[in-house]
Amino acid sequence: MMPENFNLMLALPELFVSGMACLILLYRLYDKSCCPNLMPYIASVSTLLLTAIMLIGDYQTGARLGFNSTFVQDPMAVVVKIAIVLITALVFIYGARYNSERGYFKTEFYVLGLFGVVGMMLMTSASHMLTLYMGLELFSLSLYAMVAFYRDSRVASEAAIKYFILGALASAILLYAISLLYGLSGSLHISDVKAAVAGHGLSHLGAILAVVLVVVGLAFKLGAVPFHMWVPDVYQGSPTSVTAYLGAAPKIAAFAMLMRILVDGLAPQFENWQDMLIILAVLSIAVGNIVAIAQRNIKRMLAYSTISHMGFFLLGIISGNNMGYSASLFYVLIYAVMSVAVFGLILLRTTKTTESERMADFKGLGAREPLMAFLMLVLMFSMAGIPPFAGFWAKMSVINALMQSNLTWLAIVAVLLAVIGAYYYLRVIKTMYFDEPEMEVLIPAQNHTAIRWLLVLNVLALILVLPWIGSLIDLTRSVIQ
Amino acid sequence: MIPLSHYLALSAVLFALSIIGIFLNRKNLLIILMSIELLLLAVNINFVAFSHFLGDLGGQVFVFFILTVAAAEAAIGLAILIVLFRNRQTINVTDLDSLKG
Repeated sequence: MMPENFNLMLALPELFVSGMACLILLYRLYDKSCCPNLMPYIASVSTLLLTAIMLIGDYQTGARLGFNSTFVQDPMAVVVKIAIVLITALVFIYGARYNSERGYFKTEFYVLGLFGVVGMMLMTSASHMLTLYMGLELFSLSLYAMVAFYRDSRVASEAAIKYFILGALASAILLYAISLLYGLSGSLHISDVKAAVAGHGLSHLGAILAVVLVVVGLAFKLGAVPFHMWVPDVYQGSPTSVTAYLGAAPKIAAFAMLMRILVDGLAPQFENWQDMLIILAVLSIAVGNIVAIAQRNIKRMLAYSTISHMGFFLLGIISGNNMGYSASLFYVLIYAVMSVAVFGLILLRTTKTTESERMADFKGLGAREPLMAFLMLVLMFSMAGIPPFAGFWAKMSVINALMQSNLTWLAIVAVLLAVIGAYYYLRVIKTMYFDEPEMEVLIPAQNHTAIRWLLVLNVLALILVLPWIGSLIDLTRSVIQ
Repeated sequence: MIPLSHYLALSAVLFALSIIGIFLNRKNLLIILMSIELLLLAVNINFVAFSHFLGDLGGQVFVFFILTVAAAEAAIGLAILIVLFRNRQTINVTDLDSLKG
């Protein structure tokens, strides 16, 4: 007998992506032609684009529950999933040439990428602890394997083992918290947990312990200080195509996970977790922005920049109202677009033998490749939060939400630290336009017209979105209720 | 009849021991992988104990999923460990120092 409320069709996008991933894996076995990895690549990108179309068609107001209420499809889930699949498709396209020149243009890379996407989508739609955990693990396990993709590299394998150990530790801490919440509420449904936690009050020891462990687990996954140790190593050590993957879409998925378990499930404990998040956010913005100044490797610098951006993103959650949550969603969407573009630019500038990841590789770029330098300039301005670029509006909406919640001191601290952060973004621009290139670091200009125009479109979106920025903010407000 | 608090204490002690095992161990990566397994098993004790005392089967079903995921995690962890050993001829924790700054 079919249980009530089964509603298999609700998860059609997830089923489609996982089914296609399995098919692509099988297809590779039977393709004996010259380039057996080309079809899987094209199929993966088209799967993601089709899923986006499927999700756009699936947009409806109101939450729909399926799978015995373990799976929820609400407007926030749909918007977050569309962003995840589109960003991942961009990452695949940007990384294709880089991968093929280094021998990672393999079916497994794209299959792992697709399974990671399924994991992120499941996490986004979780209304039950089991769905949340399975989604989180599916996505994390795929990423561990992708980081280790460059098998002969000393740094990649070191990054992979560090990521694996800290990621597994974070999952286990989160799981321990889930087991305590299960004990408190007698149910694994997030709505039941919420009701039980509300019944226990703010000073119940078990509930506080669970909240602390949830925050620690999530902070590890987000890479917020003081749980950020893995972020720089993983960003620097992994192949750049993998760094691009793990720097963009997983942040959006992390937002959704935070919304499901902390903001929704532990809402009655708001006063307790707000203080912890304030500490995490201030430390992240401070450490991220200050340590980034000392970096000579662009990927490592961007890792510290990610840490500070995650701090900013937490500020919206800290405000504790729908306006703040929608500001966080807006921030993380804009951040993902910037992050995928900046790694796309690095990927586009690599050659067979050079990685283009040292600061010195960008010296004198303004004279040699004006277009690339201009794109980098837009990205750096946008990341630093300089108007009129999209990054400014993202920062402003978060700060605005803080002011509305009477956390003016926190807003001031965040803005001051962001000014420190502007230093290292502007230094990249100075390096490109005012430093003379050293002879041995010259990387020849790369000519890949189609992908270059895609990147131009991606970057210019950060300026061209300006007339519609209001409706974008309205969209993020309407999906969070 | 053993009360619930005994099970919870056992699981908390195991969990703490394995976290200590991860952070104090400076020698061997294999011991870290064992500690990670122990972390998940400590959580399993919690789930089974709660499940029994609450009379709800959900916790025991969750344990099956955790065991499956733990097996997959161990497989990937060991695979990464082998890759690391091939590149460096050592699995000493203190030798993992080429990425820093």
